Amino acid sequence: MRRDTARRTGAGLRWYVRQLTGEAKWDDYLERCRREGTEPMSRRAFERHAADHRESTTQSRCC
Amino acid sequence: MTTLTSEPSSEQRKAPPSRLVWVLVAAIGAVCWSVLALSRGEEVSALWILFAALSSYAIAYRFYARFIAYRVLQVDNTRATPAERLHNGVDYDVTDRRVLFGHHFAAIAGAGPLVGPVLAAQFGYLPGTVWIIAGVIFAGAVQDMVVMFFSVRRNGKTLGQMIREEIGVAGGIAALIAVFMIMIIILAVLALVVVNALAESPWGVFSIGLTIPIALFMGFYLRYLRPGRVSEVTAIGVVLLLLAVIGGGYIDSTGLAETLTLSKEQLVFALVIYGFIASILPVWMLLTPRDYLSTFMKIGVIVLLAIGLLLAPPMLENEAVTQFAGNGNGPVFAGKLFPFVFITIACGALSGFHALIASGTTPKMLAKESQVRMIGYGGMLMESFVAISALIAASVIDQGLYYAINSPAGATGGTPETAAAFVSTLGFSISPADIAGAAASIEESSLVSRTGGAPTLAFGISLIFSRAFGQGLSAFWYHFAIMFEALFILTAVDAGTRVGRFMLQDTIGNVWPKYADISWKPASWSASAVVVGLWGYMLYVGVTDPLGGINQLFPLFGISNQLLAAIALTLCVTLMFKHGKAKWAWVPGIGLAWDLTTTMTASWQKIFSGNPKIGYFQQRTLYEDALADGRLLAPAKNVEQMQQIITNSTVNGTLQALFALLTLAVVVSAIPIWIRAYQAGGLPTTETPHEPSTLVAPAEFFATKEEKQAVREYEEAQREPAASAGR
Repeated sequence: MRRDTARRTGAGLRWYVRQLTGEAKWDDYLERCRREGTEPMSRRAFERHAADHRESTTQSRCC
Repeated sequence: MTTLTSEPSSEQRKAPPSRLVWVLVAAIGAVCWSVLALSRGEEVSALWILFAALSSYAIAYRFYARFIAYRVLQVDNTRATPAERLHNGVDYDVTDRRVLFGHHFAAIAGAGPLVGPVLAAQFGYLPGTVWIIAGVIFAGAVQDMVVMFFSVRRNGKTLGQMIREEIGVAGGIAALIAVFMIMIIILAVLALVVVNALAESPWGVFSIGLTIPIALFMGFYLRYLRPGRVSEVTAIGVVLLLLAVIGGGYIDSTGLAETLTLSKEQLVFALVIYGFIASILPVWMLLTPRDYLSTFMKIGVIVLLAIGLLLAPPMLENEAVTQFAGNGNGPVFAGKLFPFVFITIACGALSGFHALIASGTTPKMLAKESQVRMIGYGGMLMESFVAISALIAASVIDQGLYYAINSPAGATGGTPETAAAFVSTLGFSISPADIAGAAASIEESSLVSRTGGAPTLAFGISLIFSRAFGQGLSAFWYHFAIMFEALFILTAVDAGTRVGRFMLQDTIGNVWPKYADISWKPASWSASAVVVGLWGYMLYVGVTDPLGGINQLFPLFGISNQLLAAIALTLCVTLMFKHGKAKWAWVPGIGLAWDLTTTMTASWQKIFSGNPKIGYFQQRTLYEDALADGRLLAPAKNVEQMQQIITNSTVNGTLQALFALLTLAVVVSAIPIWIRAYQAGGLPTTETPHEPSTLVAPAEFFATKEEKQAVREYEEAQREPAASAGR
């Protein structure tokens, strides 16, 4: 029982971190490609794409 | 599913046991506040402040935020949010509410709520506590939530766009200029905090310096070695960061100490060059990885601080209300409690800068309108909690030491002996040996006149952590705290310079379209140089000011941030009237009225006060007259410093006047709209029309049973058509 709780907490934490860092977007993308039956691009190309987008936007960081 | 589209009925959420819980929370809050209000001259535990804050937040969130969401704003979960309607997977992206809370909090929290309360501790712990808590409940969190809501209803438009469209072009231009200039001041003051923390501190310079190669390493790792593995590389980065802090402790034995003992002027130079390079490098190289590091450090340290406060429960050394609250002669910054406690605390209670994040970025990621309560209001409560922790950290330090650290060098003379003598004139006693001993305990050469708040906070944090987690690591904790503050100040400086650059390119682009092309090097380089040059100049002004840069510039920073809040709240009130909700205009209105009262009083005093310690122009006149007579006035030591004071007070005073006028321009241009809208019972706005939402998502951190059920049904329904389409 306790081990189950620990495992669930660990999984929840991992989920949260992956979501927060944006790593989960890759999983979402793979999932979408699978659903739509299209060939996904490579992880490298995908991240390159995301970086290019970040280049053209700003993210304020407050005081 | 209907349970999700309307205000949760009272039967669902106000079951009898929960009513009992709220009575209990209210009782705890009442007891804590009474203890804080009634204790005089006896030992008070910091936990009273902590629990007064937590219970007040809980009640405000449960009752006031809910009232604002469902009665005033009338959040409508049947309406599709921009994230749902315009979903593109990039900036418009439906995000889990708990994840978005993390993003939003990381974007709004920074060094401001840590530094402001430390400085405001010169009035005692009580004024700061009252304003941080009351301010966030009635002004700060309301502003963040209401701005976010209106931006959600307008496809995630920014504050500037909304002001231009809803108040008018003149107001929009005034707001644009104000935002740009305020940003410059904020960057300069934040950088000044870093300079003051790192000057003459080889350990600090070493560990902060290493954050640059660590961030670069992370950037290249993510770009070339293992693209996308952010948590992995962030974990590596955090370990390297800790090693950098530990390694700094051995700096004296490496012979590098001399090289890394930098003066303030050298640090300004280094920061300006760094800021320029960082803003023109591709973001993947430095800015993005640094942002990951600072986000995780931020959340980690705040959690650690909360645990530390509970484990160590420290006693408050500070008085409830000091003599400086009434006489306005405080050495940290001049001026009486009213209005200066309000503008000094700034970000932890109300921050205009948040309006820039609450519009634009976060609204494009909200799944449901009702989540503005959790993310807008809740996120700001969390920021306020950070401010309360900082206030406690500053209040557990021996008060003689507090004033020795925070009084400008012109007053303390810079040595333990002269500092002890100065502190005794304030009515506190500390021996020179104790001042030197405190510096030695954290392995710094001196703590005298280490103004800016960061060293005080770091010292307080190291006291708390040493009590909570075991003695013997004070020096590590001090430098850990310095590193953590400097890290996210530098992230804010990088990001802020880029934002400023984009704003400048965008503005000039209106008359010269090519200049707005962000990939055109001449434009991006020159715009970066202008932005860095502006904050670099203000930073230099602060660093070299004989009267003490923090003492002179921090009020300007605080007032300008609060003036930006006034602009944002003006927009909120305007939209209340335009939406025909005049009877609810008081909700953002009380924040606006109070904010205008404090900031206009403070601006007036900074401009017109006859006391040269407060009024910039009186200060100028005083030094000008003395110079004309050929006299030197302390703390100036030569003619050059006299001229410096004259120039600086003119610059500061002019900026102060300009900010106040720009804000008034926005407010004044809004008032006729309020009147017209009130008479007409509402005016057309740019709100997007209602489009039905198909998405289902809970509103709060913890989903109710009904919400969970509805989400399950929704997810199953989503799977079915996808499965049949695949067949």
